[in-house]
Amino acid sequence: MSTQAFGSSGIDQAFGSSGLDQAFGSSDPNGPARDAGWEDSPPRVGFFTDTSICIGCKACEVACKEWNGNPDDGFDLLGSSFDNTGQLSGSTWRHVAFIEQRRPAGTAAGVFLGMPESPARPPVELGMPSLSRPGDSGDTDGRTEFRWLMSSDVCKHCTNAACLDVCPTGALFRTEFGTVVVQDDICNGCGYCVPACPYGVIDRRIGEQGTKNVGLAQKCTLCYDRLKVGQTPACAQACPTQSIQFGTLDELRERAVDRVQTLHDAGVSEARLYGEDPAGGTGGSGAFFLLLDEPEVYGLPPDPVATTADLPRMWKHAGLAAAGFLAAAVTAFAGRRR
Amino acid sequence: MGASFGRGGATGFLQDLEKADCIVIQGSNMAECHPVGFQWVMEAKARGARVIHIDPRFSRTSAQADTYIPIRAGSDIVFLGAVINYILSNDKYFHEYVVAYTNAATLVSEDFKDVDELDGVFSGYDPETGTYDTSSWAYDGVSDHPQGDAGGQGAESEESASERAAGHELGGHGAALEHAEVKRDETLQHPRTVFQVLKRHYARYTPEMVQEVCGIAPEQLLDVCEAVTANSGRERTTCWVYSVGWTHHTTGVQGIRGSAIIQLLLGNMGRPGGGIMALRGHASIQGSTDIPTLFNLLPGYLPMPKVGPHDSLDEYLKEIASPDQKGFWTNARTYTVNLLKAWWGDAATAENDFAFHYIPKLTGDHGTYATVMSMLDDEIDGYFLLGQNPAVGSAHGRMQRLGMAHLKWLVVRDLNLIESATFWKDGPEIETGELRTEDIDTEVFFFPAASHVEKDGTFTQTQRMLQWHHKAVEPPGDAQSDLAFFYLLGQKIRDRLAGSTDERDRPILDLTWDYPVDEHGDPSAEAVLREINGVHLTGEKAGQALNTFNEMKDDGSTAGGCWIYTGVFADGVNQAARRKPGREQNWVAPEWGWAWPLNRRILYNRAAADPDGKPWSERKAYVWWDEVEQKWVGHDVPDFEVAKPPSYRPPEGASGPAALSGDDPFIMQADGKGWLYAPTGLLDGPMPAHYEPHESPVTNPLYNQQANPTRQVFPRPDNPSNPSNGERGAEIFPYVFTTYRLTEHHTAGGMSRWLPYLSELQPEFFCEVSPELARERGLVHNGWATIVTARTAIEARVMVTDRVVPLPVGGKLIHQVGLPYHWGVGNEALVTGDSANDLFGVTLDANVHIQESKVASCDVQPGRRPRGPELLEFVADYRRRAGITLETGNKLRYPHSDATTGADTDGQGEGTP
Repeated sequence: MSTQAFGSSGIDQAFGSSGLDQAFGSSDPNGPARDAGWEDSPPRVGFFTDTSICIGCKACEVACKEWNGNPDDGFDLLGSSFDNTGQLSGSTWRHVAFIEQRRPAGTAAGVFLGMPESPARPPVELGMPSLSRPGDSGDTDGRTEFRWLMSSDVCKHCTNAACLDVCPTGALFRTEFGTVVVQDDICNGCGYCVPACPYGVIDRRIGEQGTKNVGLAQKCTLCYDRLKVGQTPACAQACPTQSIQFGTLDELRERAVDRVQTLHDAGVSEARLYGEDPAGGTGGSGAFFLLLDEPEVYGLPPDPVATTADLPRMWKHAGLAAAGFLAAAVTAFAGRRR
Repeated sequence: MGASFGRGGATGFLQDLEKADCIVIQGSNMAECHPVGFQWVMEAKARGARVIHIDPRFSRTSAQADTYIPIRAGSDIVFLGAVINYILSNDKYFHEYVVAYTNAATLVSEDFKDVDELDGVFSGYDPETGTYDTSSWAYDGVSDHPQGDAGGQGAESEESASERAAGHELGGHGAALEHAEVKRDETLQHPRTVFQVLKRHYARYTPEMVQEVCGIAPEQLLDVCEAVTANSGRERTTCWVYSVGWTHHTTGVQGIRGSAIIQLLLGNMGRPGGGIMALRGHASIQGSTDIPTLFNLLPGYLPMPKVGPHDSLDEYLKEIASPDQKGFWTNARTYTVNLLKAWWGDAATAENDFAFHYIPKLTGDHGTYATVMSMLDDEIDGYFLLGQNPAVGSAHGRMQRLGMAHLKWLVVRDLNLIESATFWKDGPEIETGELRTEDIDTEVFFFPAASHVEKDGTFTQTQRMLQWHHKAVEPPGDAQSDLAFFYLLGQKIRDRLAGSTDERDRPILDLTWDYPVDEHGDPSAEAVLREINGVHLTGEKAGQALNTFNEMKDDGSTAGGCWIYTGVFADGVNQAARRKPGREQNWVAPEWGWAWPLNRRILYNRAAADPDGKPWSERKAYVWWDEVEQKWVGHDVPDFEVAKPPSYRPPEGASGPAALSGDDPFIMQADGKGWLYAPTGLLDGPMPAHYEPHESPVTNPLYNQQANPTRQVFPRPDNPSNPSNGERGAEIFPYVFTTYRLTEHHTAGGMSRWLPYLSELQPEFFCEVSPELARERGLVHNGWATIVTARTAIEARVMVTDRVVPLPVGGKLIHQVGLPYHWGVGNEALVTGDSANDLFGVTLDANVHIQESKVASCDVQPGRRPRGPELLEFVADYRRRAGITLETGNKLRYPHSDATTGADTDGQGEGTP
């Protein structure tokens, strides 16, 4: 990571010339790199993860760790279907969720019978984590209406990235590709970014003393080093079914809209995009998804909002208040003269 | 596959799956075990193809299928038989294709009796030996017209004829027939036509039977029948995909035959988007049968000669291929002579039968399980394990480990210190006290192996394609390639024998053993591949590589190590190393790697055109006859004599390739036809018939014969079997279990359980059970369960999941338990655990000696298993309660009427000590 890259972005700039509005809310979802001060930046790139064709092979998880030299997350059987890494973490930057889902009989996609999908959308069972374990329920009805969802999650590389906003050291920065990257040699492990992320993506690496980057904030870099030499990120390169697609964001968005239409035409009415909307709470993601159910089912927040989104307004209010105090004080002193 | 079509490989290539209109995946978990190839299934699906998955478990493959149908493990033949019945009963077969390209019209001998007539067995069954005399299965007229001196063949050669038919040998060619003259009725009406025999045989494979045996509802069956028939014919094709979920059964070969019959009836063979994708177990398994690691094969599917009947080259050749039959297999002499020349060079001359006597001859069954039993009898001194971890990966792991403890020496070449290298200090038998380290005399030599990126060489993968891999980095430390190891070992042995005058040392001293070496002393893998390809030895082309096996001569003027691989070095170029990107060539991508035979990507592709040589349809055009150029042309290399016109008819008395008509697409078959009915070549029946697995809680409702009457059983005290339904004690083992693989691990774990990135993804051995079974046995999700068979008990973490469904079968609810088999007991790997394969005994398929390791019966109990010697007592108690004797489950001819009297009633003779 070049110091130049850092030098031209980061807090100086965020709180300096670009002004509050820009620092805490890019006006252009395609141009966060430009907003960050990059001149002649390449088109913004990202991931489109089409979960409808994910086969849950986890090649993305392995390729990511292999390329980035990330440590394992421990050898624990989680009892969570075929998912044993659990969630995105400081060491796991791609994570495949497995959701075993019973659906109300006679309404939803008939996976067992291969019957045509009902166009009417059934009531949603959210598949939220519950306190009951598999098998606890006595109910075995509707077993023929079953599906197994798989989805590879990753850092969203938000247009309005709260992690970047709150980073006090400038370790997190906006790259020329519009992605958000931590600089390991700048990060001091303060952890401000961790609660700032509305998706719960970034985390400090846990591990024994001596583990690479232990204690530092860590997350997907969208393979910044590979991008720099014109290569595809490791996870997208490894994906055998092109569930993870890498490309310029504009093109990916077009592809995604087409794909949703194709699925809708095929009767998969539950297909929807997640995170692609520039009007969303994070200004649109650099990594967005095609889901087959509500985001909560996949462990994704339904309506993520950059935790720093309100800061400009708050600063304005604070500024007004300060001005008011100042005025009041001036008035007070002035009054005393009288 | 060999018995049906003439060659044992997958009939197409993975990229061709995208051309399919319907894909049936059965006996395979393709998405998990072949994720890279599965992209073509996803591609087909994106183009609108219907994907159907039929499997005991809802796996990651099922998750992507349009239709998933749960089936009871080991009942696939009933399902396939019902599909055949539907096709025949509703006239849904591809009439023109069936008449022209299959043996449907051929008449079967009057002597043939079907299983329905003989109470559960085909004609020719000998209950004493558990084998068939297959002569009554012959075509009509074949045995009536003995050719040459065949009339002089007595019982002895008949017996060896049935022995030699063992399925492996059919990998590169079809079974032999004495001659090509068969009686045909092209109206298919004669009651003894194969067509009518087939129709009668499958009449009892009804939807009701499918429901009763497989646990599949009639509407689900009908759905599949309609899908595959609607997606077959001139305009459309269906592909069938199978893997080891079909092969690891005592009826494995017949299950594959079932799909072969369907694909022939529907006219899907030799056509784009059709065929049968036989997915091989891992990277170069196809290669390991082409250049075999099997005891009964020589390279190129030449049978290994036997002591006695094959003492001379002429005797051997006369028996493996009749010179009077049709097809290319009549050139077996040429292929054999070239192999002998490749091995023994100048020492192989016409005068000494090309040193045929140097080849060791078989004296019996030396398959992997027979070998382990010989170890236990102290008949084997040493053992080489190369990328093999039998302590975990083979059925009956305990027998494997105990066997190895009898060896004097054991060489393990692997990437890691696998359980087969450490069983003597940390195996399960050390824990139970059955073995004590200080008592084991086996000297174990561990050699670190180079991985595929650390050496040059080829993979021959699932679609018969050789792909060259270049060495990217030097192997670390002492690690070296298998090639280098064996080359050096050979040199050392030859040095020791140098100067010997003992005749028995000649085969080793006369070997051509002179490969160029690089600066590290490693022999050139390319030189070995070139030797396999073959070269001209004399004449003006002397020293040049052969371009095709048609250039091979049987006079010693050429040499080639494996005739089916000839062409991989065509024009002196390593064709396997070609990597022209797909976007720069047509979709068949003939310039990526090289596929045997002669770079043909879809086998039998002559059948992609009608008998007149025209494509069946524009949509499915692939290879066709060009009238102007007077040759076969198309997208692929024609799997046919390129200038033989469709109208060609052989002259009277022709044999060999010249006897094949212009419309005989199955050129390795003795009659040029695809075999709906196998008159020879198989040991357990000319058509698939359903038999229950060796261990089954279900009574076979189809026949008065429980299990395959030709399966190889080993009634030994250390190999007890669970009683099947109808036998005493069957209720002790009420559940069915099946084993499988996960994407995250590689087979017995030698390549994955030492890697943190893979181990963390599936860290522990678990069992998949339905919520119903969990309640029945009190199993708690993420807790522990103990799974018990007559062999042993193992423990696994419990995964209660809706993906496993109990099936209504035989009037009761059958629960199935899923067990991934990747873990083993030891201290070296990052993740360890009990091994699922320890649960199995050894019972083999008669054709290919493959173990039944995809289905058996068991009991399941909550909690962890007993430790130490208590484990032995725990399992012994199970055997006592079930009354298990040596006879239990091992009776070959086992009509149900005998069941009640067949069981030992006093519980004596209790098996394993």
